[in-house]
Amino acid sequence: MSQNKTLPSVVWESGLVVKPVYTAADRPAAPPEEPGAYPYTRGIHPTMYRERPWTMRQYAGFGTAAETRERFRYLIDHGQTGLNVAFDLPTQCGLDSDDPMAEGEVGRVGMAVDTLADMEEAFLGIPLDEISVSLTINGSAVAIMAMFFALARKRGYPLAALRGTAQNDILKEFVGRGTWIFPVEPSVKLVVDTMEFCARHVPRYSPVSVCGYHIRESGATPAQEVAYGLAIASAYVERALARGLPVDDFASGISFNFDVHGNLWEQVVKLRAGRRKWAKIMRERFGAQNPRSLQLRMIAGGGGGGLTIEQPENNIVRGAYYALASALAGTQTMALCCYDEAYTIPSEHSARLALRTMQILMHEVGACDTVDPLGGSYFIESATDAMEQLIDRILADVAADGGIVQAIAEGRIQAQVNLQAYELEKKLRAGETPKVGVNCFVEQEAERPVELHPYREEEAGKQVARLAQQRRERDAAAVKRTLGVLREAATRGDNVMPAVMDAVEAYATVGEICGELRAVFGAYQEPIRF
Amino acid sequence: MTTATGKIRVLVAKPGLDGHDVGAKLVCRALSEAGMEVIYTGLRQSPAAIARAAAQEDVDVVGLSILSGAHLPLCRMVKERLKAEGLADVLWLVGGNIPARDHAALKELGVSGIFPTGSPFDALVAFVRAHVARELQPS
Repeated sequence: MSQNKTLPSVVWESGLVVKPVYTAADRPAAPPEEPGAYPYTRGIHPTMYRERPWTMRQYAGFGTAAETRERFRYLIDHGQTGLNVAFDLPTQCGLDSDDPMAEGEVGRVGMAVDTLADMEEAFLGIPLDEISVSLTINGSAVAIMAMFFALARKRGYPLAALRGTAQNDILKEFVGRGTWIFPVEPSVKLVVDTMEFCARHVPRYSPVSVCGYHIRESGATPAQEVAYGLAIASAYVERALARGLPVDDFASGISFNFDVHGNLWEQVVKLRAGRRKWAKIMRERFGAQNPRSLQLRMIAGGGGGGLTIEQPENNIVRGAYYALASALAGTQTMALCCYDEAYTIPSEHSARLALRTMQILMHEVGACDTVDPLGGSYFIESATDAMEQLIDRILADVAADGGIVQAIAEGRIQAQVNLQAYELEKKLRAGETPKVGVNCFVEQEAERPVELHPYREEEAGKQVARLAQQRRERDAAAVKRTLGVLREAATRGDNVMPAVMDAVEAYATVGEICGELRAVFGAYQEPIRF
Repeated sequence: MTTATGKIRVLVAKPGLDGHDVGAKLVCRALSEAGMEVIYTGLRQSPAAIARAAAQEDVDVVGLSILSGAHLPLCRMVKERLKAEGLADVLWLVGGNIPARDHAALKELGVSGIFPTGSPFDALVAFVRAHVARELQPS
């Protein structure tokens, strides 16, 4: 033990110091915790993966709806159990495929959606009651969610039973990812509109997936990622409560999306601590009673920020460790970034490898054998406690500074995480933070074995032509009328979702719907800081 | 050109709809720490707005950050606009997710330097200093 004094110190990104060894003395007064019971540190279900293995949901989508459906079919045929839909940037920014700002971007990083017809095409033949669908959409979420609901209704799935998830966390878009459209307050109002609409009409749907993920990718530490995520989720809860919705009517519609890369143990304890903290916030602060309101359900994995351009095959190995950490932390859904994702839209080959990585973990090496296998470890439990305290401190600081919405609106969170990203980059460049293939074990790489996803200009052209045809064939009077009603609803401050539903059913476009909202709410002016 | 203070002026811009701005902001900070005057446009700028800002701010360098894969069409549009603003000769750099196979096409459009994700800051700073100095030499 005397040697310990000379060991180099180990400090995690979040700032927690790790001791060389932990004993029973590190957690003397720990209350016994059970999985499936408050505060859910050990998992939200009593039997976890023994009964409910995680859903595998790779992010996919590109080109037209028809092309995207092919990739969906490919993933489902290879054993994927959910879909995670990528939309192109014009769709995400509320612009139509024929908008001048859309030039060169149609169908490039995701599927192009202009009207309900595109969504109908994308999900043709996919059973929406068997394959759970997650829509990665934020700024224009009201339009895309309404299209999904309209599509389900047309296909005969009653909204009362429809399941699925939308990302629809606009606050994190202002911190990272950047697909905002409207100013901060009306943007948050729209999120709460979807929460209220779902609570009343689509009660089994999860309208909001709060993303610590992108805040972490922008430079936040794991503790900040979880703390800011919980603060953002709490802001949505507060606003829904202010509308008079009972907390247990909508709280289970909030889920979370966390990023797994960096130190293996730090990721596991941040997710355990986050789960405990969310249960406490929901019960103690918001008075929730229903267990589902208290349970932090999550998608975890991804880990894009941990992947490297250098020696890209190393990313396959990283993905396996990130998957392991996510499983050890008890995630409900898993998605992994593909090894070529630092370069391109993943190939079928690399998407299949990511899927196989999760399948090997689930079916071959015993990750599902028992619940919370690290539970009770002196180290993990003690670090979970320390992480919870750190998250508490960050939450208290945010609250003392005027709350998360104000901090984001003023660009303070952005400035802080961007500065941290810069400091981290400098440490990486200086070799102080080891990164294999980047600053240690570096190789001269002649040609990197990555096949680049082809961008087919003609597919973009097809989408623009398809949109022109839809504009010609639809009932112009119905479009005009429903868009007028939408503008009135937005002006009055009503929940816009019923009007958006009518507009999408009349085949109004994403651009037209967001255009009406922009006319009422204005456009976001980004605080320019670096 | 370089101001009375002798500082190199750089416009860092995000053309198109790509919202990934971590890299652009890192570059802004690195150039600024290296003593340059940095103007950052923020997200979602049209090629016309970028060229206009470059002219108004009288910059020596225009740097575009693009991670969406749309660098070729965007650079074609930016080139036209720079030309229209009389900035065809400005030192033009592109960074982000730029695969090697597209480097020649970008150079042909007039891009002087390409700095893909992971490029060291030092190399970027040195490149800017060397090229701006050369342009400022009286001929």
